Amino acid sequence: MSYSLASITPISLLAEPLTHEFMRRALMVSALVGGVCGLLSCYMTLKGWALMGDAVSHAVMPGVVVAYALGLPFSIGAFIFGVGSVALIGFVKQKSRIKEDTVIGLVFTGFFAFGLVLVSKIKSNIDLMHILFGSPLGISSNDIQQTVIISFVVVLILLLFRRDLMLYCFDATHARSIGINTGMLHYLLLSVLSLAAVAGLQTVGIILVVAMLITPGATAYLLTDRFDRMTFLAIISSAISSVLGVYISYWSDIETGGSIVLVQTAIFLLAFLFAPRYGILKSKGYTH
Amino acid sequence: MNSVISQTQGEVPGIEALEVCVDYNGTVALYDASLSLKSGSICGLVGMNGAGKSTFFKALMGFVRPSRGAIRINGLPVSQAQRDQAVAYVPQNEEVDFSFPVSVWDVVMMGRYGSMNFLRVSRESDRQAVKHALERVELLELRNRPIGSLSGGQRKRAFLARAIAQRASVLLLDEPFSGVDVRTEKLMAELFLQFQKEGRTILISTHDLSHVRDFCDLVVLINKTVLAYGETSEIFTQENLTMTFGGMPPDVLSGPTTSAELID
Repeated sequence: MSYSLASITPISLLAEPLTHEFMRRALMVSALVGGVCGLLSCYMTLKGWALMGDAVSHAVMPGVVVAYALGLPFSIGAFIFGVGSVALIGFVKQKSRIKEDTVIGLVFTGFFAFGLVLVSKIKSNIDLMHILFGSPLGISSNDIQQTVIISFVVVLILLLFRRDLMLYCFDATHARSIGINTGMLHYLLLSVLSLAAVAGLQTVGIILVVAMLITPGATAYLLTDRFDRMTFLAIISSAISSVLGVYISYWSDIETGGSIVLVQTAIFLLAFLFAPRYGILKSKGYTH
Repeated sequence: MNSVISQTQGEVPGIEALEVCVDYNGTVALYDASLSLKSGSICGLVGMNGAGKSTFFKALMGFVRPSRGAIRINGLPVSQAQRDQAVAYVPQNEEVDFSFPVSVWDVVMMGRYGSMNFLRVSRESDRQAVKHALERVELLELRNRPIGSLSGGQRKRAFLARAIAQRASVLLLDEPFSGVDVRTEKLMAELFLQFQKEGRTILISTHDLSHVRDFCDLVVLINKTVLAYGETSEIFTQENLTMTFGGMPPDVLSGPTTSAELID
């Protein structure tokens, strides 16, 4: 970027990138995906599914590659392999004496490795780097369209089942005892996770997508004791991180996915230190 | 062995089990368990760890299907009772994630979910039910507090309020006396008596025998099957308890008079 120092003002810092079509796209997609993953991250952190999020987001890799090769929307491939990996985790856990976290690690690395091998074997124009690290600055309109549709579906499902999913995360026994189908909710949440992983892949890539799926939720969790406020804060912090990350990436010419996740981590650190009730420098607490 | 409790003619029992067998992948958890508890009874479910108390609860809630036998709640199959919101489970404090970001009000409102529409939008009647339930457990002032900020006894009361708001006719309580304060214990005693008058059936799973003697008019002794059940005064014999606890001396459990007898 060849601008003289004098011409850089806060306004131009924000406005200048917007003159480029690719930046407008990148900012829009990143904010959207950030918000969607932020919303889902609340359920992931409250349900204790961080490792599951990591597993599913890696396991969608071969699905994405196969879908590309067959000319299908990559969301379909990702969905099949995401849910399939979880089914496989459940199966191996049930049929063997191996502990669950070991099974999760085992299955998702297997899927991921399979994906890597497929990329190298299938002749296509898949850019491995884009899948691994995301490329919001180079996103195609076709990918934007898919990402918008995925985001819409994820948000719709999470909105419709907002209360049921919250109850499922908090007290599955009660949910079941009043006739709510918790098995269906379990797979619904997993399906949404697979879809969100594909959306997140667009901006930060497969390796870092788990950050999008847990960090905003963890940050918001430190800031409030209300579920609705937590979802709101997670969406906001995640969307802001994404936009800020893209800007920083543009101006300092650094990798975009890493930049987005670093901003998220920085916001988490602020909450960790200064959250009113749960920060380590807390100023107030509850007494019975 | 089973001393059949007196039942008024035509009254439907709150909980009825007919030769219920439950097994998990071939391991028998419960066999030939039969009992009939009339509505409006406060009943203690007593047995060792692994005696099948939680399996019986799960069967009553429809989480496990008996491999043989039948369970009826208010005369209906479990699935029907579940649809009617008839059964409420009050968990042990240890089972609940109290750092979950929900308020006391939110928790009690969860009792209403089964009666709400698909989106779980609360109506005025739901809010009234929650308010009323909170009043009964004396937690209305704390309704906006996060659930995790409550004491052990208050937490227990919040979950009791959820069962009240649900308007459940059968309440399953898991170790309700552990870790609660005197005020909560007194309040629970009063509530149980009110529930009894309202015709609700209360089943308390515990191995705390002194509380069973104080609170429960009926008792069920189980060890993989129903060993005995009936009026607490009749069933709580040294012999029955020894049988229930597998020959272990239940002296600590049965109070001064029996201890004196033991010394004799």
